[in-house]
Amino acid sequence: MARPDDLGNRFEQIRQEALARWRALWEDPRALITVGTATCGLAQGAGELLDVLRESSTRLGLEVQVREVGCIGHCYAEPLVTVKMPGMSPYLYARVNPTKAELLLRYVVRDGDPFLDFVMGALQEDELMPPVWDLPRFHYEKRLILEHCGLIDPEDIHHYIAMGGYRALLRSLSMKPEHIIGKLAASGLRGRGGAGFPTAHKWEICKNSPYGSPIVICNGDEGDPGAYMDRAVLESNPHQVLEGLAIAALAVGASLGYVYVRAEYPLAIRRVRKALEDATHLGLMGRDILGTGREFQVRLFEGSGAFVCGEETALIASIQGERGMPRPRPPFPAERGLWGRPTLVNNVKTLALIPKILENGESSFTEIGTPSSPGTMVFSVVGKCEQPGLVEVPLGTTLKQLVFDICGGIPAGKSFKALQIGGPSGGCIPASLQDTPMDYETLQEAGSMMGSGGIVVLDEEDCMVEVARFFLEFTQGESCGKCTFCRIGTRQMLELLTEITMGKATPEHLQLLEELAMDVKLGSLCNLGATAPNPVLTTLRYFRQEYLAHILEKKCPALQCRELTAYYILPERCAAGCDACVGTCPTEAIYTMRNRKKAVEQEKCVKCGECVRACPPEYKAVIRISPATEVPAPQAPRAEKDSH
Amino acid sequence: MSEREEELQVLKTVKSFQAEKTNLIPMLQQIQALVGYLPSWGMEEVAKHLSIPVGEVYGVATFYNQFRLTPPGKYQVKVCTGTACHVKRSYVILEEWERRLGIKEGQTTEDRLFGLEKVACVGCCALAPVVVIRHNSTEAFYGNMMTSKVNGLILEVERKEGDGSAR
Repeated sequence: MARPDDLGNRFEQIRQEALARWRALWEDPRALITVGTATCGLAQGAGELLDVLRESSTRLGLEVQVREVGCIGHCYAEPLVTVKMPGMSPYLYARVNPTKAELLLRYVVRDGDPFLDFVMGALQEDELMPPVWDLPRFHYEKRLILEHCGLIDPEDIHHYIAMGGYRALLRSLSMKPEHIIGKLAASGLRGRGGAGFPTAHKWEICKNSPYGSPIVICNGDEGDPGAYMDRAVLESNPHQVLEGLAIAALAVGASLGYVYVRAEYPLAIRRVRKALEDATHLGLMGRDILGTGREFQVRLFEGSGAFVCGEETALIASIQGERGMPRPRPPFPAERGLWGRPTLVNNVKTLALIPKILENGESSFTEIGTPSSPGTMVFSVVGKCEQPGLVEVPLGTTLKQLVFDICGGIPAGKSFKALQIGGPSGGCIPASLQDTPMDYETLQEAGSMMGSGGIVVLDEEDCMVEVARFFLEFTQGESCGKCTFCRIGTRQMLELLTEITMGKATPEHLQLLEELAMDVKLGSLCNLGATAPNPVLTTLRYFRQEYLAHILEKKCPALQCRELTAYYILPERCAAGCDACVGTCPTEAIYTMRNRKKAVEQEKCVKCGECVRACPPEYKAVIRISPATEVPAPQAPRAEKDSH
Repeated sequence: MSEREEELQVLKTVKSFQAEKTNLIPMLQQIQALVGYLPSWGMEEVAKHLSIPVGEVYGVATFYNQFRLTPPGKYQVKVCTGTACHVKRSYVILEEWERRLGIKEGQTTEDRLFGLEKVACVGCCALAPVVVIRHNSTEAFYGNMMTSKVNGLILEVERKEGDGSAR
């Protein structure tokens, strides 16, 4: 057993080594170029950029260091590249394609001209360029979970340690478990996986359970369609999550841990594996943590893609090699879980917050957010907004700030209609409630829930009935089938909704749908079933008129539901001789009439909307009409020699 | 990979795991990584090795989205149908692939050149709608998809494969 001062010395050595490496990187006389290579960056060509940068710098005879970093959250601006020249501030360049990369090498690296036209901002106070934190998005954000994401190399443990990483673990090693849990309780942290259960309370239950030696699990089975914050954190800064997991293990007295990541996230898996190896190698994990005699072994488990496995009892079943089906609680896993032992399951973001709370003190955490929901939350904002991506904001931020101030509002001058929060288990919140501050309670009152933090922005062109149908289709497909309400109830609800969107419904459908939704909510075994009706209930509550229009008038007000809309080309706007729409139609449904204007053959039209996009904005001749039966007949017969 | 080779690979994989039920999912994952899908005889081998009924292995394999029981196409087209893609009409893109390839979602073309599937969220929602084409374990992402781009992608593959036959 090492004495406390030995422990401090051992860690200090590791820290000095890390700081030396970090300084060497920045003081190197060569230019330093970093490229964001999380999945979102790679999808937009960051991998290709790395090749171009390495190849071109050799060709130009330039000495550069090219490093990979994670995701900074600005997905709309990927691929993001930072260039740091000796004696200059690091500059962040957005939307860098191979050509731009070549120019950056020539102008910035070779000639020392910072090429300000392309700069998004400087990464430190600078005379030439405002720093990035003057951008509105950074101004509203408060980064705890994402603090180092996109700024350090996720595959280099020294970077994380140089940023102050693993200090909280060091501190925890000389604290009593009660003391750690006490600090956590004082911070008021609630589970960031969605349900908002007080984290300290869960740890307490696990620590006091009499059923053997505990196990801690990091839940990275992010199954929501349209949410990817857990993946971004694991890909950009895996060590912060592992540190949180190790602290959890100390607090509950576990010597075994699991990191559960979806198999669909190969990059996250690779980086977590590397992080585990490096941390074990430095003695921060493994058989003997920093010579204290404490043991903490971590295994990586790849989940196989079932939405229900985000539920802790289902997740445990899948680690045991079974179908991932939830079981009734209690006993809660914290009391009896994996192989009958007490099992603590915490979400990636919850664990990433733990080191921050211990490092900065619990009062620094309670100062952020609202009294009942302290701290920050990472949201992934997608859909109809100008600047989609990941944002970390204090809880209590209003929806309006999120959509307009942080994500740049709705594109193409369309109007903001609703926000879908919390994925398939959340609900739709209408624009009229946009001044609602977001925390666990207010969202629940509005009929939604925090969920994993996936937010989809919907504009006037989105049909709320269709959105509800989409989410129900997802939960229905992902229902594990164990309990009747979820298995059959969601199926029936989906059929009712499908009939509504097809215009085949009667007013009785609505009543039945509402009754079923309430029953499924009450009668399901786990939260997948209990929250599945949320999208339906919230849309019924806030957008009942849209349902009624579908049922009574066979009309889709948003002009989206395909059975209820038709495409029509206004002859008075259509320009004779213009062929823009014809070429884009996948089924050749557009033909030329005798007056050389175009018309749509309704039987052939598959209503893909490609012609609306193709019609030049100065004509805007193609419109959608609902109900579909109201489409006027073609003005003139088909041209005899239709060249198409 | 010839069938003989496939068989060897699978048997080697099965033998490399300890006979514990926790290893069931990792075993299936590794077999699929090697062969591209889960052949029925492979599942029988797994069941034998773990001394559990084949039905249980099959039950696990069909429960999780990751596992497929049919071989994928040489070019596996994955149409993302996550929320962000859906509100940008990814279903239209999927239908266009079905029309052009003459197969339904979940199927593979007769010459096994193309497979088509829908996936829930590949995690680059800022590029919606997204299509991923997987070939030889590399994945190419195509963002902001339109129906008019589909045919071009098919032609590109056919040109690469030296198969000029129009579909």
